[in-house]
Amino acid sequence: MELCSFLTLDSFITDPLTHGFMRKALLMSSLVAAVCGFLSSYLTLKGWALMGDAVSHSVMPGVVVAYALGLPFSLGAFIFGVGSVALIGFIKQKSRIKEDTVIGLVFTGFFALGIVLVSKIKSNIDLHSILFGSPLGISLSDVKQTIFISLLVVILLSIFRKDLMLYCFDPRHAKTVGINVFFLHYLLLTCLSLAAVVGLQSVGIILVVAMLITPGATAYLLTDKFDNMTVISVLSAIISSLIGIYVSFWFDLETGGSIVLAQTFIFLFAFLFAPRYGIFKLKKLFAGYKL
Amino acid sequence: METINYQNFRIDAENICVDYNGKVALYDANLRLKPGQICGLVGMNGAGKTTFFNALTGFVNISKGKIRINGESVRSAQKDQTIAYVPQNEGIDSQFPISVWDVVMMGRYGSMNIFRCPRESDVQAVKDAIERVDLTDHLSTPIGNLSGGQRKRTFLARAIAQRASILLLDEPFSGVDIRTEKLISELFIQFKNEGKTILLSTHDMIHVREFCDLVLLINKTVVAYGETSEVFTPENITTTFGGISPDFLFGPES
Repeated sequence: MELCSFLTLDSFITDPLTHGFMRKALLMSSLVAAVCGFLSSYLTLKGWALMGDAVSHSVMPGVVVAYALGLPFSLGAFIFGVGSVALIGFIKQKSRIKEDTVIGLVFTGFFALGIVLVSKIKSNIDLHSILFGSPLGISLSDVKQTIFISLLVVILLSIFRKDLMLYCFDPRHAKTVGINVFFLHYLLLTCLSLAAVVGLQSVGIILVVAMLITPGATAYLLTDKFDNMTVISVLSAIISSLIGIYVSFWFDLETGGSIVLAQTFIFLFAFLFAPRYGIFKLKKLFAGYKL
Repeated sequence: METINYQNFRIDAENICVDYNGKVALYDANLRLKPGQICGLVGMNGAGKTTFFNALTGFVNISKGKIRINGESVRSAQKDQTIAYVPQNEGIDSQFPISVWDVVMMGRYGSMNIFRCPRESDVQAVKDAIERVDLTDHLSTPIGNLSGGQRKRTFLARAIAQRASILLLDEPFSGVDIRTEKLISELFIQFKNEGKTILLSTHDMIHVREFCDLVLLINKTVVAYGETSEVFTPENITTTFGGISPDFLFGPES
């Protein structure tokens, strides 16, 4: 019976590891999750969830065009990701329309363009894998790209960790003491575009925004220290990826969806039971007992 | 004819204008402050107080006019950490996961290396600053757990740690307890003796009379500027607040 085989935790974990594609999927998804989780703390604190959604959807036509031209898809995605942000800024400045409307307007436009392009270009683009991710079918060239981009983002975020924190917290002070706020703004946007690009391989364009905000939101409920928040965010993102992939393997579920659902469940757990900020406040629950 | 030595002025703003996408927020505003002067910035909401601060710190660009800080450009004032900005409590995200120590350390960022690794001198400056605002017991407290007054003191400590010679304070007395108010007013006297220049915005007319040598009344532009005793008259205040009498605003003879 197959059901019996994962009754032992050992085989539940080790059996999938006998498949090469699973090892690759687990490794790459963890890497991607770590990158998105790292960035997630900044995006949550800066209030850029909608921006994350916008950028991740806007990369769609870039991916399609890059595939059609035989270029690295990350390049196309990056250009359109940053382009969408520039366009959002431009329309906001030149019209009376409110920012959230502009964001919604621009990213749906880009996304629609992507879908139309896919139907027109009719190459070997797999729309399903772009929209919903395909961590199990990731190619070798994609692996190289993903590793390169992930390292780049991690290095950039590590170098400017404190400046970015200051930028999210109090940009006015940053400017007053001569820190280049303009640079930090675009650095964060660049990292956002790059993270969206690698994240979409795991969970696809539609859900990649979850990778960019859910781990940060979970961590935010669990700590009052920024450094801890980053660590928790990265860890919860990695754990969700592992859980999602295993669950999708054993129960034959959509992998991207499983990863995001795992993140959502971890968030819900924090939301309900976080020691200080949870609904039930575990600390208070046990306050009468000596633990 | 007497020539003006601009080096003598800490702040010298000449006919500055600021507009946001064609909407004028401030025009033809002038301000000159010397070392050791405390100036109150008074005006209605939307009269351009925050815009004035933003122009001095370089957070917004001026469309006309000239600003000199210690005789130099705003850009070099930023590089030299000359100006410290103390935001109003509403202006910051109090739920940000950051401790008192980390906020005050941000005052040193501008003079650190790119990784913002604190040196021994930075640590000392932060310690001293926190001691001066009497928050030594709260070094690692997240700012979300502080009272309004303690939070205000945290940002004052950041300005102290920065060792700025000019302090811009946005509503320093709003939402603070008596103890903090007393501590801030003592600090003002110390700052004055140290030769720092202070520009503070306030809604409270009593504080203007109490602390400010000079007062700048603005309503998109300068309504009146000068010694508090001469300029801070009911007539000027009424003009600044668009015709509403100070009696109505602050009660008779407050």
